Amino acid sequence: MDPKETKERMKLPRQPMGEQDPKERVKNFYEVPYGYTPEQAMAEAKRCIQCKKPLCVGGCPVGIDIPWFIRLIEEGKFVEAARKLKETNGLPAVCGRVCPQEDQCEKVCIVGKKYEPVSIGRLEKFAADYEREHGEVMIPNLPKWTGKKVAVVGGGPAGLAVAGDMVKLGHKVTIFEALHVAGGVLVYGIPEFRLPKKIVESELDYLVKLGVEIELNAVIGKTDTVDELFENGYDAVFVGSGAGLPNFMGIPGENLVGVYSANEYLTRVNLMKAYQFPEYDTPVIQGRRVAVIGAGNTAMDAARTALRLCPEEVSIIYRRSREEMPARLEEIHHGEEEGIVFRLLTFPKRFIGDHDGRLVGAECVKMELGEPDDSGRRRPVEVKGSEFIVDLDVAIISIGNGANPLIQQSTPDMNVNKWGNITIDQETGRTSKKGVFSGGDIVRGGATVILAMGDGRRAAASMHEYLSTGEW
Amino acid sequence: MYEITEKIELSHSVYIFKVKAEKIARKRKAGQFIIFRMNEQGERIPLTIMDSDIEDGTISVLVQEVGKSTGLLCGMEAGDHIADVVGPLGHPTHIENFGTVVCVGGGIGTAPVLPIAKAMKEAGNKVISIIGARSKELVILEQEMKEASDELHVTTDDGTYGHHGFVTNILQKLIDDGVKIGCVVGIGPVPMMRAVAEVTRPYKIFTLVSLNPIMVDGTGMCGACRVTIGGENRFVCVDGPEFDGHEVDFAELTLRNRSYLKEEKIAMEELTYHEGTRCYERSDS
Repeated sequence: MDPKETKERMKLPRQPMGEQDPKERVKNFYEVPYGYTPEQAMAEAKRCIQCKKPLCVGGCPVGIDIPWFIRLIEEGKFVEAARKLKETNGLPAVCGRVCPQEDQCEKVCIVGKKYEPVSIGRLEKFAADYEREHGEVMIPNLPKWTGKKVAVVGGGPAGLAVAGDMVKLGHKVTIFEALHVAGGVLVYGIPEFRLPKKIVESELDYLVKLGVEIELNAVIGKTDTVDELFENGYDAVFVGSGAGLPNFMGIPGENLVGVYSANEYLTRVNLMKAYQFPEYDTPVIQGRRVAVIGAGNTAMDAARTALRLCPEEVSIIYRRSREEMPARLEEIHHGEEEGIVFRLLTFPKRFIGDHDGRLVGAECVKMELGEPDDSGRRRPVEVKGSEFIVDLDVAIISIGNGANPLIQQSTPDMNVNKWGNITIDQETGRTSKKGVFSGGDIVRGGATVILAMGDGRRAAASMHEYLSTGEW
Repeated sequence: MYEITEKIELSHSVYIFKVKAEKIARKRKAGQFIIFRMNEQGERIPLTIMDSDIEDGTISVLVQEVGKSTGLLCGMEAGDHIADVVGPLGHPTHIENFGTVVCVGGGIGTAPVLPIAKAMKEAGNKVISIIGARSKELVILEQEMKEASDELHVTTDDGTYGHHGFVTNILQKLIDDGVKIGCVVGIGPVPMMRAVAEVTRPYKIFTLVSLNPIMVDGTGMCGACRVTIGGENRFVCVDGPEFDGHEVDFAELTLRNRSYLKEEKIAMEELTYHEGTRCYERSDS
């Protein structure tokens, strides 16, 4: 590309993406952004300057050939673009929606140095949606069976990535899923308005068409142990059992009725469809005044979900300031537009209940930022005498997860760290137990969909090598 | 889908269901539970496994019709199917030779007590069982408990059968009579388990209770089933379901089990969807 054209391309304005009006969307669970039209997608693709040494690829945890798929979109070859994506990313429709692109590919985009970066995430979503909606999903020719069987424990992002890669390499793959539906956090955690469940279904359907078997209601560690999987003829096992038990703060009143973990709240609403109660049987306390404690992506999901159950007020209570909020900017922005109240530099000291043990409020205290702590962020310190009461009938605690203990308990010869998370070799995903690989939140403690998928892909490459050579 | 192979009526609104679930039948041990979901719209409900038959690959669960999900299940017949059954979940009961074990079952709590009584007996214990119910027609599994125990006492609150009074009266009498008890296992309604724990507390008799909180996933992810045990937060699905009765905060458990009384009533009254007061639009419409 000659310098003149590069310059002209860089000056093109970023294509905005239409989205539901905030006033309307808080009344429904439909997806918030509409997605690009083909014209918008081609116009946005034109902003890519097709760098010879593209930094964006290095910014992607799974290393998608970004300039290539974008060029295909620019040329109007949308289906081909989707297939290019799928060579490295089994779930582009998911990642186009939930990846924190502003911290990954788009962060390092050269165009973004001077202007706004190319909307890589939106283009990824566009291509994947186009392929799916036009019934163009192609099942690739698979190699002959290698004679090897692979067990994938957990049907979340890490496990799905492993399953997709391994089946394409000719291995037989079975996913063991503890819940009644596969997808992991994509179905129980991320809300419908951010990731429609029909998209997850079609991704799962694709894997099934490739020949992946999914066994539901199978809790590894209970229904079968890892060792029993080997006894049953599996040659390698990937453990992607995901986020474990939620952390609580250890303050008085945390077990009052109306105090939820974000995991429970989101599971009730997303997986069990409590927002359609009583058509669906699982209830959730709707609440008049709801507060979410914490300010990560899960907290934003919980707050925006709560808002759609139409209470009078939903707030985020966070002990640090806006700058330290770990959630994606886009999520914070969407939450603000929808009317979430941010009670920053504030933290609850105790929850207050009525005589029936139901939550009625929280005693909070104001915080100020002191010296930086180990994480480099300024440590919040209580302002003495600043206690005040917030009326609440639902509180959702979103301060991270511990490790699920089931697999570790039943697999004593696999090493875990002091928090119970499985320890792996970072490059290969290999655990201390021969033939067992791991990745995703059971290793990381709590991360993103794409990091879990990256773990899965690395583990799959190493697993393939192990199955081919027998070398551990 | 999981097939119901047999349905046995024990008393009014109490049934035993045998359900085809080969792996669970093979794996389960006394004290463990399953989670079932009736259908696509269903809740996930925990139920203790009462027994299993490895040969025909079935598990037995006892169900009392108390709400919508249990009501739907109790309306099923042999040959019908349940959408989901998952397990065996939770830790098995800690079985050892304590010398003498007293197994106390209140109401339908007798069902989960039965496999524990059997296992305790197999481990060489002298098993004294006490089963209680409000009234004669609600006494269940008497014959089975008799077979599993060296000694069986039956109580009814209204005196229509057996001892007139509560299971705790008999337990207290055993203690007063100088029976050397190594362990008490008490399963039943929360007030009954609490009363059992209070009877044994002054004598420091090891007392196991099996807790029945509300659960959602039941596999250690959501935290709905948290209970306070000895001042610490514990999760019944992965740390339990059995705990030292002297450590359990029963008052908190009682309140938490009442979380959705209002919603349970709505679910019972309105078995089909209608436009309520909520302001959402249904995503599937």
